[in-house]
Amino acid sequence: MSECRLKKINRRSFLASPYALWIVGFTILPLIIIFKYALTDGAGAFTWDNLLSIFSDVHIKAFWFSIEIAAGCTIICILLAYPMVLAMKNLGLGRKGLSMFVIILPMWMNFILRILAWQMILSNNGILNFLLGKLGMGPVAIANTPAAIMVGVVYDYLPYMILPIFNAIMDIDEDLIEAARDLGAGGFTVFRRVIFPLSVPGLLSGIVMVFVPSMTSFVVSDILGGGKLQLIGNVIEQEFTVGYNWNVGSGLSVTLMIFVLISMMFTVKQKSEGKESVIW
Amino acid sequence: MVRKLKKALSGIYVTLIGILLYAPILVLIILSFNDSRSRVTWGGFTLDWYARLFANSQIMDALWTTVLLALGSAVISVLIGVPGAIGIHAMSRRGYRAFMLLTNIPMLNADIVTGIALMLWFVHFLPLGFGSVLLAHITFNIPYVILSVMPRLQTMNISVYEATRDLGAGPVYSFFKVLLPQMAGGILSGFFMAFTMSMDDFVITYFTKGAGINTLSTMIYGQIRKGIKPELYALSTLIFIIVLIILTVFQFVSGRRERNKTYKERYNE
Repeated sequence: MSECRLKKINRRSFLASPYALWIVGFTILPLIIIFKYALTDGAGAFTWDNLLSIFSDVHIKAFWFSIEIAAGCTIICILLAYPMVLAMKNLGLGRKGLSMFVIILPMWMNFILRILAWQMILSNNGILNFLLGKLGMGPVAIANTPAAIMVGVVYDYLPYMILPIFNAIMDIDEDLIEAARDLGAGGFTVFRRVIFPLSVPGLLSGIVMVFVPSMTSFVVSDILGGGKLQLIGNVIEQEFTVGYNWNVGSGLSVTLMIFVLISMMFTVKQKSEGKESVIW
Repeated sequence: MVRKLKKALSGIYVTLIGILLYAPILVLIILSFNDSRSRVTWGGFTLDWYARLFANSQIMDALWTTVLLALGSAVISVLIGVPGAIGIHAMSRRGYRAFMLLTNIPMLNADIVTGIALMLWFVHFLPLGFGSVLLAHITFNIPYVILSVMPRLQTMNISVYEATRDLGAGPVYSFFKVLLPQMAGGILSGFFMAFTMSMDDFVITYFTKGAGINTLSTMIYGQIRKGIKPELYALSTLIFIIVLIILTVFQFVSGRRERNKTYKERYNE
């Protein structure tokens, strides 16, 4: 078939035009608008104040607290997810999909209700302290503390860490592990030299999927923090719903967006490079 | 011996994570049968909330809105996303990269930023309501469709399509006969992903919905301070059980197909 004819047949790029229009209308324009609000004051004059307001005492405190929660949540999720995936592998729960099913199923119950259930479990005269009392152990005052928020975000985002790591580890050729064993590697060495390196792409997507939402959520901290502990998400939400200061709210959102994009760019870049080296 | 110990430890660990994942769900299911409006006292077993649920027009409205949004946004996302993926796939390397980067923006961006940016944009030309929420949901759903269809496009052999076209088949006929069957799995998983994400969304809906309408999530959020209506526990228990049944059937069917396949493979050898 002639080159020219093949080119004509393959003229399919135009099919993406509705999507291109959609991107312009609902991804790019909204971003331009939020930047416009972020860089102007109420009267419409240019200002850097909204972007710099992140450095005010209240805001920077909330921002740091968000980073702490997100970093802590990501690390705890990683530490819980690896043993979980390895244990599932040990039990032969791998390919059958049943285990995936068990992990995905809770996500189908409304997440705000599930967080409210945690509030009931963790409250001072809640279910956890009732059970601890039965065991003769003292009550723990975990309600409305950062620890309660941590429980909430870890609970909420753990599946997003388990799933990609699970997929990556289950894709590892069993022969590779066998070969490492045959060559005398112990269990830990096999993990360190074979399983872990091959699971890194999964780990990286897990980090992206856990870090960003746990840093920016405001519902979990609202419910489990008792309204006193503020993440940056709570601050932004209140600028829009209570303070009606859209410019400051936009400024904080843009700051948050830039921070998230920069911190995740590194992760995603690593990930896509890893992927390409697999393809090519 | 070591093997057995390892298995036992694995079993205990999986059970513990299982308890962590299911404890709140158990609490909610128990509350849906609790004959008391209070969340902390057990007032005996009742099915009252289930009966009242269907009489509560407010909740039924929110349920209807939620399902309609999920279905509508998933269908429209597929209609825009599938041709989009085919088009992007046929682009030059540079165009491909640029489009995939733009596709990743809503996925990488925090929900709260996406929601606020859309809201700030919508208020310029659109009253906030069902329409604005639908547009917002389509916006965050298209990337899920594209990202589930794209891998299929990359692994399938495009020459078959080119061959049918060369042999005189029209583009539409070739699409339905060659491309669509190969992409079906990706399209279906993209559709369900979009449906789920829309059902599950709170933050973006919260910022783009305006005052008039509620989805289940925004309705529940609005009730946190006054106390959740127990009918909502009943509703979420019902949704949970329906999904459980659907997934179990699906699991069973695909499990059987898998077994048949391995049997056939062995038989052929």
